[in-house]
Amino acid sequence: MPPPAPWTSEITTTLCLLAILLVPLAVAGLALLNNGLGKSRSAAHAMLASMCVISVAAIVYAAIGFSWEGFGGRAAHVVSIGGKPWDWIAAQPFFLRGIELNGSPVSLAIVLQMFAVAIAAMVPLSAAADRWRLGAICASTAVLAGWTYPLFAHWVWGGGWLAQLGKIYGLGNGFLDTGGASTIQAVGGLTGLAVVWIVGPREGKYTSEGMPVGIPGHNLTNVIFGCLLAWAGWLGMNSAGAMLFGGAAPSALVLVEINTTLCAAASALAAVVTTRIRFGRPDASISANGWIGGLVASSAATAMLRPTAAIIVGLVTGLLVALSVEWLELWLRVDDPGGAASSHAVAGVWGLFAAGIFAGLGFGGVAPGQWVAQLIGIATLIGFVLPMAYGLNWVLNRVIPYRVDSDGERQGMDLHELGAGAYPEFMVHSDDFIQR
Amino acid sequence: MKVVGFLLLLAGWLLVLAALEMLAAATPRALFVVVGFAIEVLGLVLVFRSHLAVAEVES
Repeated sequence: MPPPAPWTSEITTTLCLLAILLVPLAVAGLALLNNGLGKSRSAAHAMLASMCVISVAAIVYAAIGFSWEGFGGRAAHVVSIGGKPWDWIAAQPFFLRGIELNGSPVSLAIVLQMFAVAIAAMVPLSAAADRWRLGAICASTAVLAGWTYPLFAHWVWGGGWLAQLGKIYGLGNGFLDTGGASTIQAVGGLTGLAVVWIVGPREGKYTSEGMPVGIPGHNLTNVIFGCLLAWAGWLGMNSAGAMLFGGAAPSALVLVEINTTLCAAASALAAVVTTRIRFGRPDASISANGWIGGLVASSAATAMLRPTAAIIVGLVTGLLVALSVEWLELWLRVDDPGGAASSHAVAGVWGLFAAGIFAGLGFGGVAPGQWVAQLIGIATLIGFVLPMAYGLNWVLNRVIPYRVDSDGERQGMDLHELGAGAYPEFMVHSDDFIQR
Repeated sequence: MKVVGFLLLLAGWLLVLAALEMLAAATPRALFVVVGFAIEVLGLVLVFRSHLAVAEVES
């Protein structure tokens, strides 16, 4: 990846800070999405869990996460292999000591990533909704924000070995991901998949013959409104990421906004059409996942795509998200109510690979070897991050059991864990009428 | 089966890393990376299959 941008004016700093301040809207959007796609009897739990995730992620990242992640050009541990430097982890002080928190690029990167790590940690929350206990959620978030995210983000954004694939091995511009398709979205999505494997499906999700039973989200208005809020947040996240980690000039942000919107729009429409063909009617929750998937895929290289390429990337994303939601649920028995594995992991991985094909087209051509660099980054996500996330959560599950007991699940997470429901005046649940 | 799947994931990734160090020419290196990635896909299939087997026993 190109070196961080030169910061020549107060205007550049202000613009970047403004873009960063939009990112909490993405966090709020994902919280609403999680809430709407879950059961009504777990709605308050979902929102409180989101707030706890944000709190734990911000504190743990500031306390220890940033010290592993660092920033390009700052102190890091480097191992020499075959005479070549492998920068594998940063060496910054804990609790942000000694960091110039004054509008410098490193300070802006810290602010952006305090929000970004919350987004990454909220993705597993949607995957394991309706059965994941609050204490376990907080513990898993601490591990994600304190280790998994910072380690991989250092490799991509902190001057680590993936970022230097271009300089050292001549592979394009190194692993390209300016907006967090890998560091935030794929890491979150793969952690979500690992957590779903650990907690298992919700009770009643599969019949004894293994057929999935539809458990619709309780509030699709929240889901769609969450998608629209997330759009605003993503515009900020992609813009700030392009400036901080891609070296984009403020004038390039116009293209970032256009591409982000086009990619999400094309993806949502592709998901609408795909579900219309597959099920006879458009599916609102899968289409919402298509929209989020489009935003995720746009993050990889939004400042380096032509608008036509952004639409193509979006169309493929929508198709992939819609089909993968069905495959995971029907054939692979992955009960992921929020569609996290599809809209964050699958879309993120596709966005990263597409960056290797399209990034630079129309701007002087794709750098030679860029697709190999992208494939190496994707291989690292699947071959290293996924096993590590599974292993860490497996160990945590032994210490703090993740899954609520059977009575608690039937009663609902709200009453079981919080002692009060989100909608006390509406206590009737559709499965109350199912004969047990 | 799950452990073997995860070991295959790691093995595929190590193969990708080895390609970077051991091969200098672009085409063999790219091929090696693709092979490493293919091994990861195989590992992913195994992990999914083991998850399916557990789900079938539980149901």
